[in-house]
Amino acid sequence: MRRGTVHAIVGENGAGKSTLMKILYGMQRADEGTIEIDGKVVVLRSPSDAIALGVGMVHQHFQLADNFTVLENVILGDEPTKGGVLQLGEARERIQDIGRAYRLTVDPDAMVEDIGVGDRQRVEIIKVLYRGCQTLILDEPTAVLVPQEVEQLFSALAELKSQGLTVIFISHKLDEVLSVADEITVIRGGTTVTTVLPSEVTARQLAELMVGSELPSPETRESTVTDVTVLDASGISLTADSGRRLLDDISLRIHAGEVLGIAGVEGNGQAELVETIMGMHSSATGTVVLGEEDISSWSTRARREAGVGYIPEDRSRHGLLLEASLWENRVLGHQTQAPNAKGALIDRKGARADTDRIVAEYDVRTPSIDVMASSLSGGNQQKLIVGREMSGNPRLLIAAHPTRGVDVGAQAAIWDEIRKARALGLGVLLISADLDELIGLSDHIKVLLRGRFVADADPLTVTPELLGSAMTGAGGEES
Amino acid sequence: MRKIALVVAAPLLALAFAVLVTTVILIASGHAPIDVYKQMWDYGTQPDSLVLTLNLSTTYYLAAVSVAIGFKMNLFNIGVDGQYRLAALFAAFVGGRVSLPPVLHVTLIIVVAMAVGAMWAGAAAVLKNRRGVSEVISTIMLNYVATGVIAFLLTTDRFAVMTEGSNNIGTQPIPPSGQVPGFNVIPESTSPVFGLILLAALVGIGYWWMLSRTRFGFDLRATGLSPTAAVASGVNVKRMVLYVMLLSGAIAGLIGMPQLLGESHTYNLDFPAGLGFTGIAIALLGRNSPVGIVFGSLLWAFLDVSRQILDLTGVSKEIVTIMQGVAVLSVVIAYELVRRYGIAAQQREVGRQLAADAELAGATA
Repeated sequence: MRRGTVHAIVGENGAGKSTLMKILYGMQRADEGTIEIDGKVVVLRSPSDAIALGVGMVHQHFQLADNFTVLENVILGDEPTKGGVLQLGEARERIQDIGRAYRLTVDPDAMVEDIGVGDRQRVEIIKVLYRGCQTLILDEPTAVLVPQEVEQLFSALAELKSQGLTVIFISHKLDEVLSVADEITVIRGGTTVTTVLPSEVTARQLAELMVGSELPSPETRESTVTDVTVLDASGISLTADSGRRLLDDISLRIHAGEVLGIAGVEGNGQAELVETIMGMHSSATGTVVLGEEDISSWSTRARREAGVGYIPEDRSRHGLLLEASLWENRVLGHQTQAPNAKGALIDRKGARADTDRIVAEYDVRTPSIDVMASSLSGGNQQKLIVGREMSGNPRLLIAAHPTRGVDVGAQAAIWDEIRKARALGLGVLLISADLDELIGLSDHIKVLLRGRFVADADPLTVTPELLGSAMTGAGGEES
Repeated sequence: MRKIALVVAAPLLALAFAVLVTTVILIASGHAPIDVYKQMWDYGTQPDSLVLTLNLSTTYYLAAVSVAIGFKMNLFNIGVDGQYRLAALFAAFVGGRVSLPPVLHVTLIIVVAMAVGAMWAGAAAVLKNRRGVSEVISTIMLNYVATGVIAFLLTTDRFAVMTEGSNNIGTQPIPPSGQVPGFNVIPESTSPVFGLILLAALVGIGYWWMLSRTRFGFDLRATGLSPTAAVASGVNVKRMVLYVMLLSGAIAGLIGMPQLLGESHTYNLDFPAGLGFTGIAIALLGRNSPVGIVFGSLLWAFLDVSRQILDLTGVSKEIVTIMQGVAVLSVVIAYELVRRYGIAAQQREVGRQLAADAELAGATA
């Protein structure tokens, strides 16, 4: 990266953008390779090493103390003192100098909780500049901004650039990247694909580079889709406490024997959609019909009892009790159902026997069902969850990123299970960031962007590139 | 086997550390530690002291279980103290005013105590569910409210009568039909052990059974281990908060019963206070386990009884408070260290075992 430029890094979720940035900012150590700053090889052991060498980072999620003023937040951790007494006046002047020099104006005495998102981001940038950084890493800075704020940010970046600072800009919004970057590096699957100049590529070409052009081997398989509706959700909306629309009038229908895939860049409402169907958001509006029954007002437990299997996107937070044994994890989510319960009591014998069955049938590699779930590898944990959710004759299976963070062998096994579920006549809602997986398994694909379905795709004809552009809003409304 | 060793090692190490710190303090203050410990042991193992220890640990056990039920769900019921005092006052008042056949009378008193305790704790649950008030704050404040309510009610205009032959006031004494006689366990002692020690044992068994055998207990533990996973599994966390608080409060209501029904028969100005806070310490010491708490309360009660001799020998008995405090602190740290070590050790072991299995399969293939 050259001094005085904006260098963008683009890539899909899980391509390695964040890991790369963590290494550059000293939060993680690389196994191999070197980092050079101004021609010198450096070793970054912690963020303070990075800051000392002039590398600063603005995180996607702001790291500000709400109950402090802007001034206090900026100096936090690097307070100017004289004999142990804070020198606020001096700091205020420096902040105002920085503001004037880079056209980043904020009131130093405003409380952070009172200022808007755009202002908060400016505070974060000022914080980094205040520490004398010459290289700024911005992690998805536009994700939380409205268009006008994005423009303000870009003009500030231009100002920084003209003063000789270097900006590393991480994003997957391709149109923005094209308008602001001087150079673009595309990474995929943990390696650099290429570095291009924005004048040489279109958003579509960039999307192609991002998702890779290899198509999954299209399986020749017969459609098992029936005309029996398993899930009919209509008019689902959900508003965050901040007033942002997380889901906006979503409707979908899944038939028995059908896999409906949802494509989308993370944070566009996938998690909320799944949680709403599971009954975890009481403030959501719209109707959810499972089979013949309107389950809109049902609790999560009632929905699970009615035959909804759920593979959550974050297994350690939502899918498992890490510090409980495997058999207790078999009970989790099915506390009220046979063979785990008899009336109000837990049926330990039944649950243990059934855990043995799952371990054998789903090839969960474990020495015993009494070890803690945290002792297993991610793949084996996930196989246990899949086995658990396929037990008890579910009608609908919701699989959110079912193969995330699992090894190749477990991935293939989980894919097989989803195919099997489809053949058994279950309706499957599949959410995945892996477009090959999505295209390979789905009977139908919908694209979610900013809480709305923006496109429909037929997996037999669609390519990852087309999906990728629809996901990032770069390629218009394809169908 | 190693699991058991780990579980026992933590409290023993912590206890050893507490004794070490106490020894250092004793030496620093110019006493001979061995002598002090010997005096405490000799006094504490006398028959009458043993009875006192058992009686004290009965109330401690109930207090600790009451706290532990909340702790298991990461719900901090700091208000056990107010809950049991208020419950004991109302139970004593009702018990002194009615006359019923023996078993019925006792049952009524206990039911009143549980209901009042549950209600007082339930207030904190409602505040948490409806308004998002942290139960730590609300239960602490409810302790002060309880103190105020008791001071208001425990006057001769309302719940209390003058105790004959003293300046103390208390509720009307509970007639014999509402008393629970003690029994002699320690042959050399003439004083009886609280009859309600059996109730404490029953509560302990019920607590164990509820946690490990019932769906409710599973939901409770799941919520404590991972609230997010519990929600995803269909646990209604708000409802659990309410139920667990009610249960914790109901058991808190029992804390004053052994003393009330077995000894004082009245709630007066001398009724023991502060047991709720002792319960918190013992729950930590016993790691919220029904069995661990038995040992925790016995130890705590033994120290509380045996420290009484120290005044006579010129050693400040607060030394025992230091020992108890250090024991709780170091037990908490020791448990955490052992827990982490246990997780890491199991991960390593599972990895090793799977690798060995794979090698074996490779060799035979």
